[in-house]
Amino acid sequence: MKLWRWLWLLVTLGVLAEGFRVALFVVPSDSAQGDVQRIFYYHIPSWAGMGLFFAINLGCSLVYLAVRNRNQALAMKADSLAVASAEMGVVFCFIGLVTGSLWGRAVWGIWWTWDARLTSTLVLWLIYVAYLLLRRFAAGPQMRTLAAVMAIFGYLDVPLVYMSTRWWRTQHPAPVFGGAPGSGIDPSMMPAVWWNLAGWLMWGIFVASLRYVSEYRAQNAEQAEALKSLEFAPGPTQMAGGR
Amino acid sequence: MRSGYFVTHLKKDLQLEWRSKDAINSMLFFALLVVVLFSLAFDPTRAVSRQIAGGILCVATMFAAVSALNQAWARELRNQVLDALRMTPAPAASLFLGKTLANFLFVMVVEVVLAPVFVMFYNLHALGNAWLLVLVLPLGTWALIVNGVFFAALSIRTRNRELLLPLILFPIFIPALLGMVMSATAILTGEGDAVLWIKMLGAYDVIFTTVCMMLFEVILHAE
Repeated sequence: MKLWRWLWLLVTLGVLAEGFRVALFVVPSDSAQGDVQRIFYYHIPSWAGMGLFFAINLGCSLVYLAVRNRNQALAMKADSLAVASAEMGVVFCFIGLVTGSLWGRAVWGIWWTWDARLTSTLVLWLIYVAYLLLRRFAAGPQMRTLAAVMAIFGYLDVPLVYMSTRWWRTQHPAPVFGGAPGSGIDPSMMPAVWWNLAGWLMWGIFVASLRYVSEYRAQNAEQAEALKSLEFAPGPTQMAGGR
Repeated sequence: MRSGYFVTHLKKDLQLEWRSKDAINSMLFFALLVVVLFSLAFDPTRAVSRQIAGGILCVATMFAAVSALNQAWARELRNQVLDALRMTPAPAASLFLGKTLANFLFVMVVEVVLAPVFVMFYNLHALGNAWLLVLVLPLGTWALIVNGVFFAALSIRTRNRELLLPLILFPIFIPALLGMVMSATAILTGEGDAVLWIKMLGAYDVIFTTVCMMLFEVILHAE
């Protein structure tokens, strides 16, 4: 297992290095924006990563809620993966916001604008930070249930935020991929997108898997501890101290 | 769901509030303070106040409501009432609905009392169809209260629950706040489409009321 993780890390670093080379030195610069556009190769992978990890978080939360009374082991795995993916999603979301902001400063002349996509992703970021905060403030198995419910709320809120801010105002360029007909970028630029997309997703999976393992072990240790104190506890009063 | 349970919960909450008047009094005074503070801080002219009044009223209500929502469930912790409620055969959704409706009524009372004061302080005169506000306020308040009661129940057994409630409620409430503010501003200034935002508020209410009712049982029995 350890060997595979090292191999995965090595391949990831290789892909990232190649992605860096292709994005900065190989593909042509944008005809309208010049070299500034190259930040796009880091902007897109972060959104892809964010979408992937928040979706994993929702899936794991649903699994946790469904099996928490029947299959304890699976529920704990799902919950650990939910934490790991939420944290990774928040990181990707943050990187996406920062790269977008840097680009905005260069092209629009402003760091930030209250535009539909910017606002909705910021709200998304806030929701998942709140989710992580909830996990810190609550304790024990009830926290996992509460957090799973919160994750469903968070995910449900996203389309609403997006729709409402879209009616509000928009300044962000139309989606580059899958937008209006004729959208998309020049085929000569695609290698940079693919390398970086692959590299950053691999990186995200690597970090999330580490987080998953540590969280899973921590939960197991916590449960073992709780069982032990249950066995030795003189009365029910001591159990309340754990909250 | 039998309506009997729901009415019992609602009556109990209304009676409690009628005797103590804790929530309504504190909310009223708090919201009044916010309105005064904003008015002093921005010193708006008549045209400007039309632009910002909707937002200030919504934000003032929001802060006031959170202070009361923190008490909504904390009340039930004394004498283990909450544990008793969990053991009753009544469906969890009826408990939730009763609590939500009671708190909704409290906040609506605050808004109705506050509205004339607000109009006076900010020298307001709506340029759009002012009657639409009769739709906007209840819809926006319901969106706030339905999520607020739910998340107050969610955070009741955590550390720092008073702090946690706004932290998890506000991000979720943002689309509804936007809908409320934009429709109120559209009505006051007479520019923009208020009906579109009212529809959005309605959709938000339907979606979140449904999800809250479905998931409340999970929250109530979370162990």
